[in-house]
Amino acid sequence: MPHPPTQTALADLAGLWRIRVFEETVTRLRVEERIAGSVHLCIGQEAVPVGACAALDLTRDAVFATYRGHGWALACGADPAALFAELLGRETGTNGGRAGSAYLSDPGHGFYGENSIVGAHAPIAVGAALAARYDGSGRVALAVFGDGAMNQGAVHEAMNMASAFDLPVVFLVENNRYSELTPIAAMVRDDDLVSRAAAYGMPGSWVNGNDVGAVRRVVAEAVDACRSGRGPVLVEAHTQRLVGHYIGDAQTYRPRDEVEAARATEPIVVLTSALRAAGAGDAELSAVEARARAEIAAAAVTALAAPPADPATVKEHVHG
Amino acid sequence: MAEITYAQAVNAALRRALSEDPGTLLFGEDVALPGGVHGVTRRLRREFGERVFDTPISESAILGGAVGAAMMGLRPIVEIMWADFAFVAFDQLINQAANVRYVSRGRLTAPMTVRTQQGATPGSCAQHSQSVEALFAHVPGLRVCLPATPQDAYDLLLAAIGCDDPVVVIESRELYHSLKGPVDQDGPRAPIGGARVHRAGSDLSVVTWGPMLHTVLEAARVLESSGVSVEVIDARWIDPFDTDTVVDSVSRTGRLAVVHAANLTGGFGAEVVARVVERGVSLSAPPLRIATEDLRIPAAPALQRAAIPGRDTVAGRLLSMVAPATTA
Ligand SMILES: Cc1ncc(C[n+]2csc(CCOP(=O)(O)OP(=O)(O)O)c2C)c(N)n1
Ligand SMILES: [Mg+2]
Repeated sequence: MPHPPTQTALADLAGLWRIRVFEETVTRLRVEERIAGSVHLCIGQEAVPVGACAALDLTRDAVFATYRGHGWALACGADPAALFAELLGRETGTNGGRAGSAYLSDPGHGFYGENSIVGAHAPIAVGAALAARYDGSGRVALAVFGDGAMNQGAVHEAMNMASAFDLPVVFLVENNRYSELTPIAAMVRDDDLVSRAAAYGMPGSWVNGNDVGAVRRVVAEAVDACRSGRGPVLVEAHTQRLVGHYIGDAQTYRPRDEVEAARATEPIVVLTSALRAAGAGDAELSAVEARARAEIAAAAVTALAAPPADPATVKEHVHG
Repeated sequence: MAEITYAQAVNAALRRALSEDPGTLLFGEDVALPGGVHGVTRRLRREFGERVFDTPISESAILGGAVGAAMMGLRPIVEIMWADFAFVAFDQLINQAANVRYVSRGRLTAPMTVRTQQGATPGSCAQHSQSVEALFAHVPGLRVCLPATPQDAYDLLLAAIGCDDPVVVIESRELYHSLKGPVDQDGPRAPIGGARVHRAGSDLSVVTWGPMLHTVLEAARVLESSGVSVEVIDARWIDPFDTDTVVDSVSRTGRLAVVHAANLTGGFGAEVVARVVERGVSLSAPPLRIATEDLRIPAAPALQRAAIPGRDTVAGRLLSMVAPATTA
C-alpha cells in the first residue's frame, strides 16, 4: 500500500533524516578525533526508532535502548545539541559527559537510556512495567535490543517474568543479522527470532524494520495490548546497518555486495520513493532533508562551542 | 629478538598453547572467524580449526562451558571481551569454577583460563572502564594476573594455561596495540606467581600492576630528576601474591606506596599494605595508596583524567611521602 503524502509520512521522513544526518555528523566528528572512543551508529536502522517512538506516549512511557541508541534518543525528543555535547564530553551534554556515546540518557523525554551491557536493560524495562502496576501511570516500557541480545540470559529471564506477570513490556528486537562481527544465523539454530514469543506464551509480530509506517503500526498494536492489560509482546524488526558495528569496523566479515544491496531497501530510500509515488514533489522532499541538515548542523555548532565537562565535578553524584 | 606488540604476544602464547596441547580449546564472542574485536586472536581459527570457535553473546554459557570442559580434562581458554561483562556470569566463576577442586577434595579440577581485558580509555563508558581485579582476587580458588609488558603478556598467559586451577588473566586494552617489546618465545613455560622489580631504588618502594606500571615508571623518572630514587615492583600476579619480594624491598627503603587504577576502597592495594605491615617491616612514613577515588568511571576524557591517577598525580604524591614538609 503506497503511503499517502500525509503530514505523518512527511514527519516520518523528517525523523529519518534527522537521525541519518546526526549519525553522519558524528562520524565526521569521530574521524576528526573530536569525539573519543567507540561509537555505534544506527545508519540504515532509523525506521525502527522513528516508527516505534511515534507509537508511544513519551509523557509516560519508558524506552530502554542499547549503545546503538543515538537514534532512539533523538526519536524520543532529546535535544540534538545536548546529544552531540554528550558525545563530545561537554558540560552541556545530556549526562554532562559522564555517559558518552554508549550509555547516555534523557529521562525527561522518556529515554531511560542506552545500555552497554548486552541485554541488561530488558529486566530493567520489566521493572519499569512492574512499577506501572503500582503507580497508576498506565506506562508501557519498551526495551529495544539486537538479535545477539536474544542469546543473553537476562533477556530470557525478563521475557519470562514479564509474561508470567502480564506486564506491559514491548520487547523489540532490531534484527540487523549481525552480533558485532558474527552472523546471528551461526549462533542460533532457528534464526526466526520472533518464534520464541510462543515459548513465553506472549504474542509475537514480525515487521519490516525498513518501513517506518509498518513499524509504527506493529508497535502501536503491541502498545495497545500492553496498555489494555494483556501483557508483553515481542516484536522483531528486520533491518540492516549500512555501516560497521562501530566507527572504524572494516566489516571484513560481511559480503561486500550485501551492503550495496541494502542501499536499495534502506528506510529513507523506501519512504522517499513511496512518497514520490503518492505524488510528493522533489522540492517538498528535498526541503525535508534540508531542514534536517540545517537543524543538525546548528546543533553541532552549539555543542562544539560548549565547555568541556568540569573536572571539579567528577566526584559528584556517586551517592545522594 | 623480534619486537612484537602486547596483542601479538598474547596471540603467540595462544598459538603455542594450542599447538603444544591438543586438549586446548579457545572460545568466546568474535574470537574465531573475526579474530577478536581487538584482533588478538587473529588466524588461530585458520590454524587450529574447530578447537577455536565463536560463541553466542552468552557469558554464563561461555564460563560454564569452560568449567564443564575443564572438569572433563580439557584445557579451555575463554575470552570475556571486557572484564565488566564477567559480572553477568559471576556465578560460573565464583560459585562454580572456584569450588570444583575444594569440594571434590581434588578429585575434580577446573584447569581453565579466562582471558579478559580492562581499564578506561578516552570515551569508554562506565560499563566498559572498570578495573576489577580485586573482585577476582577476593575469591579463593581463582588465580589472578595482570601482564603489563609484551613478554609478560606471553609468559603469564602460558603459565595460566598450564595451571591446574582456574586463572583470570586481565590484559590491558590500552596496551594491546600501543606497546611493543622484545618477546622470547622459546623459553620454558614459567610457573604461576612472582613479582618483578622493574627499577631498583633506595628511597621508596612502589608496588603496582597492569598498565599503571608505565605511569609509575614515568613518575619514577620525574622523581629521579628531583633526586628521589624509586624502586618499582610490578606485582604481575595478585593471586598468588609475591609478598616476599615486596617485603624485601620495603625493608631496604622503609617506604611503601601502592598504585592502581582500581578504586581505593577494598582495592588490592589495601591488601598489599596490610601484608607488609603485618610482617612488622619498620616504616619511616605511613604507607600510601594511590588509586581511583571510589568513583564510577566517566566517559569524557576531561573527567577521566580527573578520576584516574596519572603521572603527575602519582609523582606528586610519591614526592610528598619522601619530603612531606616541602611539598605539603
Ligand atoms: C554482556 C555483554 N557481552 C558482550 C558485549 C560486547 N558486545 C557489544 S555489542 C555486541 C553485539 C550485540 O549484537 P546485537 O545484540 O545483535 O546488537 P547490534 O550491535 O547488532 O545492534 C557485543 C557482543 C557487551 N557489551 N555486553
Ligand atoms: Mg545485531
